[in-house]
Amino acid sequence: MKLAIMINEGVYQHQSTDSAYQFVKAAIEKGHEVPRIFFYHDGVYNASSLTDPPKDDRNIVMRWAKLAHEHNIDMVVCVAAALRRGIKDENLAEGFRISGLGQLVEAGIQADRLVVFGD
Amino acid sequence: MGEEMTESTGGIDFEDEDASGVIKKFMFVNRKAPYGTIYALESLEVVLISAAFDQDVSLIFMDDGVYQIVKGQHTKAIDVKNFSPTYRALEGYDIEKLYVEKESLDQRGLTEDDLLVDVQVMSSAEIAKIMAEQDVVISF
Amino acid sequence: MLHIVNKSPFENRTLDSCLRVAINEPGAALLLIEDAVYAASKSGTFESAMKDALGKVKVYALWPDIEARGMQDRVIEGIKMVDYGGFVDLVAEHSNCQSWL
Repeated sequence: MKLAIMINEGVYQHQSTDSAYQFVKAAIEKGHEVPRIFFYHDGVYNASSLTDPPKDDRNIVMRWAKLAHEHNIDMVVCVAAALRRGIKDENLAEGFRISGLGQLVEAGIQADRLVVFGD
Repeated sequence: MGEEMTESTGGIDFEDEDASGVIKKFMFVNRKAPYGTIYALESLEVVLISAAFDQDVSLIFMDDGVYQIVKGQHTKAIDVKNFSPTYRALEGYDIEKLYVEKESLDQRGLTEDDLLVDVQVMSSAEIAKIMAEQDVVISF
Repeated sequence: MLHIVNKSPFENRTLDSCLRVAINEPGAALLLIEDAVYAASKSGTFESAMKDALGKVKVYALWPDIEARGMQDRVIEGIKMVDYGGFVDLVAEHSNCQSWL
């Protein structure tokens, strides 16, 4: 089954992005496909290359990049939401791309389910 | 909100073969008040973009989401854009299924007359039925 | 429909709103994740509401979130535990899902 994901909150402040990560990992382990993750609202902060957590904590940004690379997940950051919050190509972490909200609607059309994580 | 709309449409892939022709039921569930947080405004941006994909779109306003469409919003003094007139423009995008949960209105002492756009007021039970029929439900 | 709630019922009314709608739908399921797992705990003021809900919808709670919050021994009987794999299965088994954010 194709499961598309939408993430609406940023890193560390809320558990939503951690829940999404565990969900995506479990979905892939079960043989499902996760074609796209769309980052919206404060979720765009998941894509900031300036994120620098303490060494003994999980690195949420790099964790996404690794998972996306290994499983060919298209990670899209909403352009309007990103520009509002200071996420641009200059500080976009590896594995993410900036595009329009149309990519979210398209994911909803093409996937079998769209699962939303947020606050 | 014209400027943001142009910007957000940048990524729409009109030529995608898979996406064309498929019509799914998209429902946007608005449960948050405007201005206090940005969810209502950014939800509206998704709704407008979805119209470009010719999908079967409906909106539900429940809980504090009903405050998004209450009449008489004046935001000059807080220096935030009043986006409430945009709800009246949805009809022009062929988004005509606007539902409001009656229980949410009652709880807040509001009636249909207090709303700035034509809506269908429904009970929780009727809303449950419509929700269950959807393909994609995004709650903001 | 699979209804997903992530807010504690003690500080937020999302679960009330979700249940108000979901109990009308035959075949509805509710999954409690993140802070919503506190709704699954025994002896609190939310227990009776949860027990009422159990008669009308299937209720699941995410075990990793229960464990993380030290709620292991307090779960109301009848609420089924799932791990992240079970969460994925619930999404796949139901024709649609909604996260009540």
